[in-house]
Amino acid sequence: MDEIPVTMTVNGRRRTVLIEPRKTLADTIREDCELTGTHLGCEHGVCGACTVLLDGEAVRSCLLFAVQAEGHEVTTIEGLSPADGSLSPIQEAFRQCHGLQCGFCTPGFIVSVHAFLRDHANPTDAEIREGLSGNLCRCTGYQGIIAAVKMAASGNVPTGAAT
Amino acid sequence: MTTVQAATAGRFVGQAVPRKEDPRLLTGRGRYVDDVRLPGMLHAHFVRSDVARARITRLDVSAARQAPGVVAVLTADDLNAKAGPMLPTLFVGGAMGRGAPVVPLAPGDVRFVGDPVAMIVAEDRYAAEDAADLVEVDYDPLPPIVDYESALSGTGTVHPGWDGNIAAQMEVPVDPGLQEIFDTAAHVVTETFHQHRYSAVPMETRGVVAHWDPYREQMDVWLASQNPHEARLVFSRVTGLPENRIRVMIGDVGGGFGLKNFTGREEQVVVLASYVLGRPVKWAEDRREHLIASAHARVERVTARVAVDGEGKFLAAHVDHMDDVGAYPIGGGSAGAMVALFFSGPYRMGRLAWRTASVFTNTCGRAAYRGPWQMETTAREQMVDVVARAIGMDPLELRRRNVVRREELPYTMPGGMVLEHVSPLETLEQAAAAIDYAGFRASQAAALADGQLLGIGLSLYVEPQTGMGPFANEPAQMRIQPDGRVDVFLGSGAHGQGLETTTAQLVAEHLGVDIDDVTVHQGDTESTPFGPGTGGSRSGPMLGAAVQQAATSMRDKVFAIAGHLLEASPDDLAMEKGVISVAGSPQASITLAHVAGAAYLNSGALPPGLEPGLEVMVRYKAPAGMYSNACHACTVSVDRASGAVRVLRYVVSEDCGVMINPNIVEGQIAGGVAQGIGGALLEHNVYDDDGNPLAATFLDYLLPTAGDIPDIEYHHIETPASTLGGYKGVGEGGAIGAPPSVFNAVADALAQVGAHITDQPLTPARVREALG
Repeated sequence: MDEIPVTMTVNGRRRTVLIEPRKTLADTIREDCELTGTHLGCEHGVCGACTVLLDGEAVRSCLLFAVQAEGHEVTTIEGLSPADGSLSPIQEAFRQCHGLQCGFCTPGFIVSVHAFLRDHANPTDAEIREGLSGNLCRCTGYQGIIAAVKMAASGNVPTGAAT
Repeated sequence: MTTVQAATAGRFVGQAVPRKEDPRLLTGRGRYVDDVRLPGMLHAHFVRSDVARARITRLDVSAARQAPGVVAVLTADDLNAKAGPMLPTLFVGGAMGRGAPVVPLAPGDVRFVGDPVAMIVAEDRYAAEDAADLVEVDYDPLPPIVDYESALSGTGTVHPGWDGNIAAQMEVPVDPGLQEIFDTAAHVVTETFHQHRYSAVPMETRGVVAHWDPYREQMDVWLASQNPHEARLVFSRVTGLPENRIRVMIGDVGGGFGLKNFTGREEQVVVLASYVLGRPVKWAEDRREHLIASAHARVERVTARVAVDGEGKFLAAHVDHMDDVGAYPIGGGSAGAMVALFFSGPYRMGRLAWRTASVFTNTCGRAAYRGPWQMETTAREQMVDVVARAIGMDPLELRRRNVVRREELPYTMPGGMVLEHVSPLETLEQAAAAIDYAGFRASQAAALADGQLLGIGLSLYVEPQTGMGPFANEPAQMRIQPDGRVDVFLGSGAHGQGLETTTAQLVAEHLGVDIDDVTVHQGDTESTPFGPGTGGSRSGPMLGAAVQQAATSMRDKVFAIAGHLLEASPDDLAMEKGVISVAGSPQASITLAHVAGAAYLNSGALPPGLEPGLEVMVRYKAPAGMYSNACHACTVSVDRASGAVRVLRYVVSEDCGVMINPNIVEGQIAGGVAQGIGGALLEHNVYDDDGNPLAATFLDYLLPTAGDIPDIEYHHIETPASTLGGYKGVGEGGAIGAPPSVFNAVADALAQVGAHITDQPLTPARVREALG
């Protein structure tokens, strides 16, 4: 199949990739942009591990073709992480609350929670559970994740805890 | 209630230390197998059978071989003769019964939907999947064997030419003495429990990258695995390469829950293909493949018969167990013997006899899944409630009357195993108090008067930690480098448990260094000692003990050198954060870096006769029995109109001995409970009568979401184990205890209106049907 150029802004950087029109945004991010923090858990739009922001909205990158992102802004987990190696407040809250174990679903959760908290400054417990229900985690039973979202929403996230 | 002494938390051990693993995983910088890309790497895709049982009458791959981007299309004719044995090491020598006759690709017939028939190897995955459409296969279907009855009917065998479909069986028959107990007991209660097929389903599917380099004569394998050293042995046998020409690296692993403990068929085929083709080959399983062809679990049936006296004391039990291990079970395919041996669990049960059988069927094979023999608890704990209802006694009271008490330990179970260092009664009472059992009974009656169905369920168990065969020893190697920093090398294969963190905590505590100065290495067979991987709830007792012993031995050697340099007795030394000081002389101190420098770079400064260097290798040997224990209690509401079950409260009282990191302990419990609730209410690998798997996506195989799992309340009792440090396993327990507590709660709710449910999972449709 013929390849075509697709230009999009990924984590603030404008880039053009040469890809087949049928290539998913997820595969393009992972292979052509070499950003492997976006994970593939089901490739049919249920698990949420591949969640990225498209013009600020949380989307499943396995359900989009990269050509649909032409001219748009894509933000991946790498783009939500401070460049100096520290953690964002949401990431730090996940760490403090043991909101991750194997870490495979985690980037999708962090991206989803980023969008969720932007739109829900003071979420109720029910809103948090509803807001997280599009992302699957098999390790944590969601306990630490829900606690982390509450901590991040409260704004009381300890900064730079050692180890 | 017996007073239980809680172990005192140390500076590092017992603390909820944030994990070392987290920064890379939270920022998308983990390295999972699908993140590995090599120059010239090819991509594999399997063409799989879409019928359950058939002869292959024609297989034409010629068009696929001509497709753009395709490098090779391999069939049984190309690969099977090149493959060595493919069974796990446990089955080598035949001591574990007859393993399935697994070969790389379907050898002229297919035995389940998903059976790999051909393998496309192409420049990219899209091209490989395109070419798969060009493979032509004609099947001559045969009647599929899809359940216990058809497996035993004698109409055919899953594996052609085999004598029947029994994979394993075992019997301890009812002798006249036991028969007399059943004949004379005040009550004999019999019930059958069917467990449905549900599975590990880690968020990361299986995957492998294999790179055979003929010039170095070296096979490098990146693998999603819990068990890198077992994988190396398996790859050695299938390729015929010596173990030391193979390097397995596992990196970060996205969950396993038992599924990735043993090395699957496809991973072996990919390694073999790389060896044959001389090119790097990647395979990343897709979710459909995972749900139909990786491995399933839990398909078991138990008929329990229990004799009870007039006071509700258990006198004897008989267990008739059967499990369906599919066509190609991997790694300890049958659960039967363990289900029988541990059926009495934490109770005095008098005498026990059993009959178990495992059958092959034309379905996806069985693999270990978090508590691989949890049917002993699932069936027993439901049976306790069935007996309680039959004799008119509250299930909490019936458990109190039969549970093994602390003063009876060590207690020889009727299956012959010896229970020690457990606290089942204490966890039962702690959980009952925490959930306000008595208060719930009152509110339950009031709710019923309002037309609402509420129920409460208990589940009590002891959890053995595997310490047999290859699991009987655990290595830990420690090196202090000349700058005083510590490297620890493990034979484990952590896949979410946080072993880098707990190991560093143990080293910081028992050696006396800063936790940031400890780096933990695992998963690379080139640098780590041979070990049994991570599974079977062994990391707490076995790895914990091995690491603690290595740290203590290392400290002794450090103190021998430091004492010589400081002209002090090693017995008077203490080390904290890498600084060694002499008791009573605070000004006399020396750094670990100084000692380490002397150990490697200045042998003349060392005590006479002491071997230079700071290197320790420990191999901790397992005791005969290792047990943790817990009690789960939950309450549910059942919607009478829709049949929907809602878990209202969930309480766990557990005893995993000395906790190394309470966050990680509770995280393990929570994950297991969520899987158990999912299994009880939602998850089901459904097959139709023709052997077609109907749950091939996450739209059909329903994992619990944040909306399905309630807040889990944890309570701890710390009874130290006999192992060094007193740590016990906690990985599997949540998934063992949760299903029966949910089943019992729903049964308790339904019993109020005379309804009875026997089939699972407890979907709204099934519950509604039971309500009539």
